[in-house]
Order: sequence, then structure tokens, then C-alpha cells
Amino acid sequence: MMSEKNISYISLVSIFLIAIFSEYFNEPYLITLLSRIIIFSIAAIGLNLVLGFGNLISFGHAAFFGLGGYVSGILAIHAFNSELLISWPFLFNGSNNSIIIWLFTILFCSLLALLVGALSLRTSGVYFIMITLAFAQMLYYFAISWPSYGGEDGFSIYVRSTLFGINTMKGLNFFFICFFWLLIILFITSKVVNSPFGLALRATRFNLTRVRSVGINPFRIQLIAFVLSGAITGIAGSLYVDLNRFVSPSLLSWQMSGEFIVFILIGGLGRIYGPLIGAAFFVAFEQFFGSYTEHWQIFLGIIIISTVLFAKGGIIGFMLKYQKNE
Amino acid sequence: MTAELLIEQFLNGLQFGFMLFLMSAGLTLIFGVMGLINLAHGSLYMIGAFSAAATFAFFNSFWLSLLASFSCAAIVGIVVEKTIIRKLYNRDHLDQVLVTFALILFFSELVRWIFGAFPLYLDVPELLNGSIEVFSGIYYSKYRLFIIFVGLIIAVFLFFLIGKTNLGIQIRAGQHDREMISALGVDISKLYTLLFGIGAALAGLAGALIGTIQSVEVGMGEPILILAFVIIVIGGIGSIKGAFIASLLVGLVDTIGRFLIPSVLQTVTNPSDAMSVGSAIGSMLIYILMAIILILKPTGLYGKQLS
Repeated sequence: MMSEKNISYISLVSIFLIAIFSEYFNEPYLITLLSRIIIFSIAAIGLNLVLGFGNLISFGHAAFFGLGGYVSGILAIHAFNSELLISWPFLFNGSNNSIIIWLFTILFCSLLALLVGALSLRTSGVYFIMITLAFAQMLYYFAISWPSYGGEDGFSIYVRSTLFGINTMKGLNFFFICFFWLLIILFITSKVVNSPFGLALRATRFNLTRVRSVGINPFRIQLIAFVLSGAITGIAGSLYVDLNRFVSPSLLSWQMSGEFIVFILIGGLGRIYGPLIGAAFFVAFEQFFGSYTEHWQIFLGIIIISTVLFAKGGIIGFMLKYQKNE
Repeated sequence: MTAELLIEQFLNGLQFGFMLFLMSAGLTLIFGVMGLINLAHGSLYMIGAFSAAATFAFFNSFWLSLLASFSCAAIVGIVVEKTIIRKLYNRDHLDQVLVTFALILFFSELVRWIFGAFPLYLDVPELLNGSIEVFSGIYYSKYRLFIIFVGLIIAVFLFFLIGKTNLGIQIRAGQHDREMISALGVDISKLYTLLFGIGAALAGLAGALIGTIQSVEVGMGEPILILAFVIIVIGGIGSIKGAFIASLLVGLVDTIGRFLIPSVLQTVTNPSDAMSVGSAIGSMLIYILMAIILILKPTGLYGKQLS
């Protein structure tokens, strides 16, 4: 029986198995692709929390992805060059320890999300879309014109951060780290979405007045969700930089924000596993059509348009509907 | 820093503001009347610029290429409206964002396919080449003055169109109550197509005018699209007057900010730091301006109350 749950478990297991087989058949490129899929889906899962469940259309989640990337990159490059990062209140040379990098990423991205959320949530509808976009653009232009960390060109970080002595430069090991993060994030989101908090969040998308009338402050609910969402997307940014060992302003670009929304849409809006399916489809599509023509985005555009106009509910929705019709 | 330089920057800001107005006027009308967020507006700008560049390559005439820019953009706009956009009017914002985002991918890649990845160039015509004395001792580019002039004419035309004509009455009525005006016998779908076409033509014209100063390349539309969004949000979505004031505000703040902030910072810190920090802050300035305005007035300067 195909249910949303089964589709999700099947996709998780198959990603894991493909990675193991790729290692066995010595296909390191495929493992990198799978890691990319997982990282993109973590980013989109973060966004889905506010977009899919709270109907807050953030068009600026690249800000958190990019900030996570830059925080990790800056910590790592300072550790690599043994260059002083800050001298007050204590001397700090950066770090290449994954745990420390992730903690800093979560800290900074949550703070940014708190700030952006507190300001943006004063507005709604199209104004919310635009103001989140504006905040992301602000960071983007800052990154481009700030010369200390490569400006427009970005910078390389040479080695991946280390975790418990695991050799992270080995593709499969790094894949396991990403996969582990994906499991954690999926676990957290499903717990959050199904909790009373998640119920309140899902209620805010329908009727704010009613939410208020039962004594819940919708602003607080939305803000907490936004912060959590920003932190999750930030972790994805951190992993992405580690995967490519390269930091660039394009992490912050608005196309990135747009692609996160596309992952969610392709997979199925407001479904916990939707982004995973969407990101997998996107990357596979890019690889497949990209090998035939460099102009594959033309077809991507056509697919997105047809999905929105004719196949609402994304891949998961389509599979469930197909099931019902049988 | 001299007064001449400051005046020149002021005029540059004004010129930039008028071009932004061409972009944001269409965008704000389309949003105000049809309730549509059109991310693909930047693609129409790009299409205008490329049609102008192609026409210029064939006929070597600037004026002909200007004509091509807005007519091609209008045609593409009308075709897209009739085939795709019109299905989106009753959809939510998310669907609109996605489809128009996909249209950007489609058009950018299509244009890259046809014209290649290298930027094209348009030449300023003989008539507008060189500079002219605007005040005693202050010279300014003729072409940029021409852009200001065109922007001014179009602004007057739009205010007349919206304020004084029958079509304008329908547009304003459409902003308030779509169902009522179709009940009164106005063919709403024709009105939408026409409006989308006008918006597309203005974007295309802006693309050709700016493309002459800068280069004509794929992806040129998106930075200016985002500025146009900042403008319509600052001005209040749907308000042409708001778009006009915000365009000039953003044009001036952006141009003068990038120029002034580094030089002001130079008085407190060393020049290289002042340059880098200053340009970073300068490029963020309009987004900061937008954030401040939205915090003070969540519906923009001339926006309607949130419903």
C-alpha cells in the first residue's frame, strides 16, 4: 500500500542504498550528488516548516543558507591559516571541529532569523514575500562588496571540518554525516509539526482571528517557527560549504531562495518528506537534461509551470492520487 | 568633494530613478489590478534590450531599436498573459511566484540559446552623443538627460492615462472591485491583457534605454526587478504615485549613498577600510530604507490597509 509514509521510507532507504552501491562500484561522483540532494532537502525542509505548514512565503531563505555557509567557511579558513578571528573577549582562531562550526551556525542563523522574522512578520501576504527577499538581497550585496572574504569571488576552504576523527574527505563518510543530519532534522520537524505547537502553526495559516480567540499569540508561534526554520536551513548551508569546500555569494542569491521553494513544490507542499523528493527530482533532472543540453533550465521552467498549473500537490500528491484512482 | 560631482551624482540618481519607474509602474499596476506578483517582469526588460540589440545589429538605427524594444516586449507579454499568466489570477501568491520564477528560467535560457552567453552592446546615436552644459560650468551626458526626459514623458502619460481617461477609470475601478466592473459590462480579460501589455512595453523600453549605457546580457533583468519590487513595496503596492515617488527616492538614495558613504567614512577611518565598508553599506542602503519604511508603515507610503 502506497501511503505518504511508505513513499518517504522507500526514498530514504533507496538513497542510502544507492550511496552504498556507488561506493562499491566506485562512483564517487554519484555519492557527491546524493550528498547534494540531502543538503538541499535539509534546506528546503527548513523552509517548508514556515512555508508549507505556516503559509509564510519566505522568498529569502538563501539568507540563512548563505549565512550558515559563510559562518562555517570563515571559522574553517581562520583555523586553516591559524589567523586570529576575534581578539575580544577571548582569543579565537576559528575552528575546524564540525561540532563547534554547527553550534556557531545554529547560533548565528537563529539570531538572524529572529531579527528578520521579528521585522518581517509585522507584514503579511505579498509584503512578507518582498521583505524577506529584501533581507536576503541585503546580505547578498554585503557579501559581494565585502572584500575580506573574497567579495564576489568567494573563497576556498581546502579541507572539510573534522568530526570525531572520521575522515570526512572520503565521500561516503561525508554522505553519512549529511544523512545523519537529515534523519535528525526529519525527526525534529515531524515532532514539531505534530505537536500542539505545530497544530497552532498550521492553524495560523487559516484564520488568525480564531487563533487569537483561543488565547494563542500567532506572532509568537510564527516567530518561533521562523527561527527554527532559519537554523535548519543554516545547517544545510554549513554542510553545503563543507561538501564543496567553497564559499561564494551565490549561496545568498535569490535564485537559491527560489530553488528551495521549487523543491518544496515539486515534492508536495506541506508534506514533511516533500522537500526530499523534490530535491532528488531536481538534482536528477539537472544531471539528466544537463548531460544532453546546457540549456536544461528551459525544460525545468516548463516542468515547473506545468506542475503548478496542472498537477498541484507535487510528486507525492500525484502518487497518492494515482493510488486512489486505481 | 566638489559641488559639480554632487550635482552629477544627483542627476545620475534621477536618471536611474526614472528608469526604475518604467519598471515599477507596470509591476505595481499589474499587482494592483490583477493581484499578480510578476517575477518575470525582469525577463520582459531583458527581452526588450535583446530585441533592441538585434534590431540595432541589422539596421544600425537606434530609434528603430527603441521601437523594437517595446513592441517585442509587449508582444511577448501579451502572448505570455494569454497562455499562462491568466490562469494565475485566481491562484495564491505562492503559485504566482513559482510560475513566474519558472518563466525567468525559461526566458533566460532561451535568450542565452539564441544570442549566446556574451554581452551585446548598443551605441548611443550621434544626436545624443557627448555632453551638454546644464548649469553654468556643469556638463552632463546628453543621453542620460534624454533618459530623464523619456521617463518624464512616460510618467506624465501614465498619470494622464490613469487619472483622465476611460481606460484609467476602468483600471482604478478594477483595483477596488474586480467583480463589480465586470458586472458593469467591462471586458475584464481584455483589460488585463492590455494592462499586461502596457507593463511589458514599459519594461522593454527601460531595458533598451539602460542596455545602451550598460551591456545587454542574460540575467540583466533580475537585479532591476528586485529594485522594482523594493520600490513598489516602499510606495505601496498598486499605487502609481507611490511607485513614482519611491522610484526617485530609491534611485537617488542608491546612487548618492554609494558615492557619499565611502567619502564620509574616509573622515573617520583609513581610505581602504572606508572604501570597502562604505561600498558594502552603500549597496545595502535601499534595503535598509525599505525595512525602515515597512516597519514604520507596513503597507508602504501610499498603500491601502492590509485586508
